[in-house]
Amino acid sequence: MLPKLFFFYFAAMITGLSVLVVTRKNPVHSVLWMLLLFFNIAGLYLFLNAEMIAIIQVIVYAGAILVLFLFVVLLLDLKKEIAGEQYTDIWSIAVSLVAGLFLLVIITFQAFEIADSEPVMLSDLGQPDAIGRMLYTEYLFPFEITSVILLVAIIGAIVLAKRKLKE
Amino acid sequence: MPGSYIPTNYLPVLIIFIIASCFGLVMLTIGNFLRLRRPYPEKLSPYESGMPPVGEPRYRFDVKFYVIAMLFVVFDVETVFLYPWAVAYDKIGLFAIVEMFLFISVLLVGYAYAWKREAFNWE
Amino acid sequence: MLNLIIILVKIAVVISIALLHVAYASYFERKVIGHMQVRMGPMEVGWHGLLQPIADGIKLLFKEDIIPANADRHVFMIAPMICFFGAMSSIVVVPFFGSFKIGAYTVGGSLADLNIGLLFILAMSSLGAYGVILSGWASNSKYAFLGSLRSSAQVISYEVAMGLSLIGVIMLSGSLNLSDIVEAQASAWPLGWYAVPQFPGFAIFCIAALAETNRTPFDLPEAESELVAGYFAEYSGFRFALFFMAEYMGMFIMAAVAVACFLGGWNPVPGLGWIFPPGVWWFLVKVYVLFFIYFWVRSTLPRYRYDQLMALGWKFMIPISLANIILTGLWKVVF
Repeated sequence: MLPKLFFFYFAAMITGLSVLVVTRKNPVHSVLWMLLLFFNIAGLYLFLNAEMIAIIQVIVYAGAILVLFLFVVLLLDLKKEIAGEQYTDIWSIAVSLVAGLFLLVIITFQAFEIADSEPVMLSDLGQPDAIGRMLYTEYLFPFEITSVILLVAIIGAIVLAKRKLKE
Repeated sequence: MPGSYIPTNYLPVLIIFIIASCFGLVMLTIGNFLRLRRPYPEKLSPYESGMPPVGEPRYRFDVKFYVIAMLFVVFDVETVFLYPWAVAYDKIGLFAIVEMFLFISVLLVGYAYAWKREAFNWE
Repeated sequence: MLNLIIILVKIAVVISIALLHVAYASYFERKVIGHMQVRMGPMEVGWHGLLQPIADGIKLLFKEDIIPANADRHVFMIAPMICFFGAMSSIVVVPFFGSFKIGAYTVGGSLADLNIGLLFILAMSSLGAYGVILSGWASNSKYAFLGSLRSSAQVISYEVAMGLSLIGVIMLSGSLNLSDIVEAQASAWPLGWYAVPQFPGFAIFCIAALAETNRTPFDLPEAESELVAGYFAEYSGFRFALFFMAEYMGMFIMAAVAVACFLGGWNPVPGLGWIFPPGVWWFLVKVYVLFFIYFWVRSTLPRYRYDQLMALGWKFMIPISLANIILTGLWKVVF
């Protein structure tokens, strides 16, 4: 019962905070709500016995990517952003579209059948040790590919910034 | 499976999260009854060495800060890959060293490029 | 239920000690720096100024809480709390002593013995960057904004080096649990300290810790002489006190990580085990030696220039710590 309660708490928080993130007019406030959102997602991971994933969620998303977001937001001209309209004229169409899609998702979920077998608890998979052993033996190739992707990210950032400097 | 496991050893973490976020609030609320409040426009204006503030305080800053933040994200992700590796490499052996050597050398190419393009220089 | 009570009591003890420690670390700093500059430091309140920190705390509680006009009020109010939260919550994984048994109950040496304790501290300390950058942005002041930009760029640059410098320790001990790391060191060559085999890592960690906590010679964000006080220039009263406490708490956390990862934690200094058995006193003695070094560095070294600071972080510390990782890996495979 208690784990279920926590699950519903996190689910409600994550949904609510996501709504807050996209509806704030001031992007800095959005970033702050997003910070709280990432902590709640990390909490959800904890309840899946995946503490390594939870802490990586905090280190990478809350500690690094969101800081970058914050820099980008501060780089924008916030005055114009805040003075402008919060919603576009077609928001009613957008809402009905999203509601329709959501309905579709619910209908699709009705068609799902859950298998009879007992759910398996992947007990140690979220622990640092297990992740290390999996990642560096079984999933070696994707891991090495990651380095190339990161390389592209470095080069891309510098090329873009330097071009802007020259202008 | 969600809804079947409780990370009990995180209970102190939860409690300290609550205490740490409430401490400031509680102290400020106590202070609210004790402290003065006598604002006037000069006191509330931002400090600029005694002069009235000029211009826009939230100016748009150098793109360099953005480059540093971007490089930070990349290297942070790299470090995150190193943590599970450092825990597990003993059980994998020499192979683990070789693959991490490859990973780091690919990233060193990017690092050298950033150095060459003077991303770390700050005039 | 009993467990919950024990946890609550432990947390209450640790937090009250930590807060007292924060107050007296500032007293210690003023005394040490005073004597290094042939002054007496605080002398007036109490015997040799011993009540000074408490007087300071009460004074700050009574001070007016000024929120500048045009500031983003909510962000301005929340920013110091984020700083404090990040520093305070890290204390939950600090290993004060080795766990021991009383009857059937095991007394853990830290509040929460997490498998990912080291990463928890790194994650929480990265929260400080938010407090800094948001406070500068929300104050709507040029000094504060410039200070916060500088500080956040500095903190994130040195965070990379700090993370990399700890990898060597993790490799040697094979664990991210701080208590396990301390115990693994007991048999480490030659002192029972990783500071010896991991010397480059230790040096990089110490430099990065100074930069992460905005201490001299890396105190550019606060640089009194050029930026008045940097990101918290507009803060007053207890909100300022929160920043102040966060800084000293951060110093304590960084010293505690250095002690746990490099200096043998709660185990006695080799050769001095006959004075006291292993325990929390050894941990605190080592932490306080590191604190003394913080203050010593502050009264000795001049401030870095900003370009030097960034160059040191990116061009020197990152390559050295990467080389350290590879060398540690080869060392462990060969021997």
